[in-house]
Amino acid sequence: MNFKNAWIISKKDFRTYFTSPIAYIVIAGFMLIMGWMFFYTLSHFEMQSMQYQQYNMGKGPSITDAIIRPLYGNMNVIFLFLVPFITMRLFAEEKKLHTFELLMTSPVTLTEIVLGKFLSSLLLISIMLGITIVYPIILFVGGNPDLGPIVTSYIGTLLLASCYLSLGIFFSSLTENQIVAGSLTFASALFFWLVNWASQASGPTWGEVLNYLSLISHFNNFSQGLLNSSDVIYYLSFIGLGLFLTHRVLDSYRWR
Amino acid sequence: MIQVSHLTKLYGPRAAISDLSFEVKKGEIVGFLGPNGAGKSTTMKILTGFMPASEGSAKIAGYDVFENPIEVKRNIGFLPENPPVYPEMKVQDYLQFAAELHQVPREKVRAAVDQVLAKTSLGDVRKRLIGNLSKGYRQRVGLAQAMVHNPAVLILDEPTVGLDPKQIIEIRELIKGLGGEHTVILSSHILPEVTATCERIIVINKGRIVAEDTLDQLTARIKRGLIYSMLVKNPAQEGVSAIRNIPGVQTVTQVGPKLVVEIQPGSPEVRDQIVETAVKREMGVLEFSTEKVSLEEIFLQLTTIETPNETAGVAV
Repeated sequence: MNFKNAWIISKKDFRTYFTSPIAYIVIAGFMLIMGWMFFYTLSHFEMQSMQYQQYNMGKGPSITDAIIRPLYGNMNVIFLFLVPFITMRLFAEEKKLHTFELLMTSPVTLTEIVLGKFLSSLLLISIMLGITIVYPIILFVGGNPDLGPIVTSYIGTLLLASCYLSLGIFFSSLTENQIVAGSLTFASALFFWLVNWASQASGPTWGEVLNYLSLISHFNNFSQGLLNSSDVIYYLSFIGLGLFLTHRVLDSYRWR
Repeated sequence: MIQVSHLTKLYGPRAAISDLSFEVKKGEIVGFLGPNGAGKSTTMKILTGFMPASEGSAKIAGYDVFENPIEVKRNIGFLPENPPVYPEMKVQDYLQFAAELHQVPREKVRAAVDQVLAKTSLGDVRKRLIGNLSKGYRQRVGLAQAMVHNPAVLILDEPTVGLDPKQIIEIRELIKGLGGEHTVILSSHILPEVTATCERIIVINKGRIVAEDTLDQLTARIKRGLIYSMLVKNPAQEGVSAIRNIPGVQTVTQVGPKLVVEIQPGSPEVRDQIVETAVKREMGVLEFSTEKVSLEEIFLQLTTIETPNETAGVAV
């Protein structure tokens, strides 16, 4: 495993995001929706605080509860919609263009190829997340929010989005068709998101299992400023499993 | 440089190639000839480590393809059937990527790209998007990709497909120039392609090697009598049968004004007699020529007959 080889591939794929319209569309869409949401939550928070003051209802809602939690919670939903567009071409396109043969006959291992692909999409996600730092900066300028929940929200969002990425890369490795890869990614990411909805009706044991499997149930701690190792391990193993399965699928592609 | 022994690849129960063995020496240019679906691409994919074989082994530059795939891949350049190019990349960026991918040292990447651009005469389009290039140019970019890291072994799957005649000649010259320094295997189902570039030919059909030799040797193997073709004004029946009766003449086939005269192998010179007879019978000779054995014929014989060595002479 040579990191340099993975980096060569991720550099190429990262550039491709920007030579095609994908990166611009995804980033622009993301910023537009996030900006609107930030504006909405901020003005709602302002109105609420004013009402609390006006009627002497005691201490108003904290910035963490009223802005940070919904903001980053919604960000996760937006990533759920956008990640399929980011990952769908990664392997599907290589197979369709026959460029996968170039990668497979080059002196790089399959692990390096998969990792390179993952890194390129992770880099794009990180840039999108990086731009959103402007919101906490605005909050710090105008108020006094807790730093803890902001930092853990970013860590959690990055991990959660990476889970979508690994899921997306896996589905991209299964097909030559980008649309199929994207649709499957979206559907399965949504499934892992909602899987705990059935937990209450499934009895105590299964309920707990479903709750554990759900991507979103692990995010709650992050949004409250808690960095729980079991959540981190869950996300990391989810990412690892997705990439491992991708590796297996691509390896089996050679044997067919 | 390349040693292939008893290579077999099964797709389910169907064997794409079976028990393939051959050897290629350093600096040789070897042509892999066979009809579509003969197993050329499969063999090449196995040699390049893209897919594993079901049985047998292959060694390139002393490394086993299955045991040391990375070492093997470092020593080969591969141009697959479809040039593996990214349409959204510029030619020089793509070649730079290919060079980096093949672990050309960073300080040498630039020079390697410039060199290969000059070799494949792609300098004019280096800053253009590959997607905007014609098929011929894309093919050349694919070839440049295979050569950019200066590999010891070049494996080219139908390198001139989709090129115009001028480009074909250029690419052939380029490939010819690679011999000596590089070992080249190229596949083709087009015969002149192989005759123009290769020193040695491996003919493959239905996954088996049916012949492996130089072009001259292959031609000599077809133990067929000479064939003369004759164009006459008056192909009267008596004249035709008179020619047929000349000792040494095996068959005479008449197609309109054209007579095809086949001579028994090993018989003495009879051209004088044939023409004499034709003149005597007032057939009005317009043309008389010898038909050469073309590689097409050799190829057809080798690939359509089960045991070519024994039956090749009887055919036609």
